[in-house]
Amino acid sequence: MKTITEQKPFDEIKAALGEAEKVYLVGCGTCATMCHTGGKSELLGMKDKVETIGKKVTGWMVIPTACDELTRDALIESAEDIEAADCILVMACAFGVQTVTLYLNKPVYPALNTLFIGREESPGCFTEVCMQCGSCVLAKTAGICPLVRCAKSLLNGPCGGSVDGKCEISPDTSCAWQLIYDRLAAQGQLDKLEEIEPIKDWSTSQSGGPRKVTL
Amino acid sequence: MKAGTNLEKILESGRFAVTAEAGPPKGASAAVIQRKGELLRHCCDAVNVTDNQTAIVRMSSLAGCVLLKQLGVEPVMQMVCRDKNRIAIQSDVLGAVALGIGNILCLSGDHQKFGNHPTAKNVFDIDSIQLIQTLKNMRDEKKFLCGEDISGEVPLFIGAAANPYADPFEFRVVRLAKKVKAGVDFIQTQAVYDVAKFARWMEMVTERGLDKEVHILAGLIPIRSVGMARYMRDYVSGVSVPDEILTRMEQAKDAKEEGARIILEIIEQVKEIPGVHGVHIMAVGWEDVIPQVVEQAGLLPRPVL
Repeated sequence: MKTITEQKPFDEIKAALGEAEKVYLVGCGTCATMCHTGGKSELLGMKDKVETIGKKVTGWMVIPTACDELTRDALIESAEDIEAADCILVMACAFGVQTVTLYLNKPVYPALNTLFIGREESPGCFTEVCMQCGSCVLAKTAGICPLVRCAKSLLNGPCGGSVDGKCEISPDTSCAWQLIYDRLAAQGQLDKLEEIEPIKDWSTSQSGGPRKVTL
Repeated sequence: MKAGTNLEKILESGRFAVTAEAGPPKGASAAVIQRKGELLRHCCDAVNVTDNQTAIVRMSSLAGCVLLKQLGVEPVMQMVCRDKNRIAIQSDVLGAVALGIGNILCLSGDHQKFGNHPTAKNVFDIDSIQLIQTLKNMRDEKKFLCGEDISGEVPLFIGAAANPYADPFEFRVVRLAKKVKAGVDFIQTQAVYDVAKFARWMEMVTERGLDKEVHILAGLIPIRSVGMARYMRDYVSGVSVPDEILTRMEQAKDAKEEGARIILEIIEQVKEIPGVHGVHIMAVGWEDVIPQVVEQAGLLPRPVL
């Protein structure tokens, strides 16, 4: 699983930092490093930017996997520099930001927008694969998720806007249902598309409220 | 009779139906809808009121339908899945029926990216095929989706769209079959310009016997200028305008006259295709042409049943 992130506009970061004078920077060695949004070089770039607006950076570190519970130990190891700061700026996904928040009492601000769970299709090109709806439909859709890859999350085949394999929203966007159709055709399973997919139970998704699993 | 609407009576009696479209205003003026209603009342059997088409905010379809109803013009309420969840949808259906609306057209809806609120959150709780199922369930089982009983009747004549020009072409008839299985009563297609391709699709439709289970009205969009022809070809989702039509519009001395002639020719051709039970004229911003075209096509006077 890879969480795809992008850096927020610096003005937004600046607004979040507000009056804070001293900032500690945290990056992540896993997904954010892969996305070039929270690795060492991005952290150093952010350090320069933060200093340019007159703030002091008390220290920085790239936590191997910011969402992991070992983040707690990493934060303890750098306790002195963190203690010297007014706030923490985290260049990791929202999971990483919330993990850091869990272990620190100081204000923690995100430097990134968390976009989606995706994969790197080609170097530097990330595409969404799952919306974590809580009731997987991939068995019926040739392993291609229409909920995230169809702009309308349709469950019953391509809408009238599918032309030449592209989605109506953009010539750069593949029609998910064309991909599903082609794959099912190749597997001799087009009969699957004759069945009406029933109305979805969205209560397993975020629509049902914050989700929790207890093993 | 399922709803006993004029449109249902016309189609069930085997007559060739004519419907048209009236887009509501980007404002609260009842007069805009009323003017279109007056213009169209004698030349069609029912008038569709679009539901925030192309995701541009306009007066609600329900309100537009009520305004037509007050004039004695039969409305078809369009309903898209983009903006409402199953709670709002079922509630609006009950309200529409209470206000005397019997025809509802079920659509997915254009993505909000095309509209004037591209930063909106869309809904798509259910899709257009599931919307048909929802309405059928309300009408035939008198039940909400949750299984609870609805008090009283919900008479509805259920419509949907079909686009023979979208891809994959072979799937288009399958999608129609799914809509039929879901319980649709009538279909209004995307604009037909390429009649040969439409005829091929209709052939597949009749081969599956779907024309016996659903009334298909061929969609038509009169073109009033070369610019519009190009715009339709290049920017309108799911519409295909052949070069031949573009050339005719380019060479025409009077573009409007030529546009009306083209639509008339298409009506003549689709009328002859087995399984076509009517036409649906979407004269976006050019409603004035409809009475003339319908008359010249020999479709006046409209039957009174």
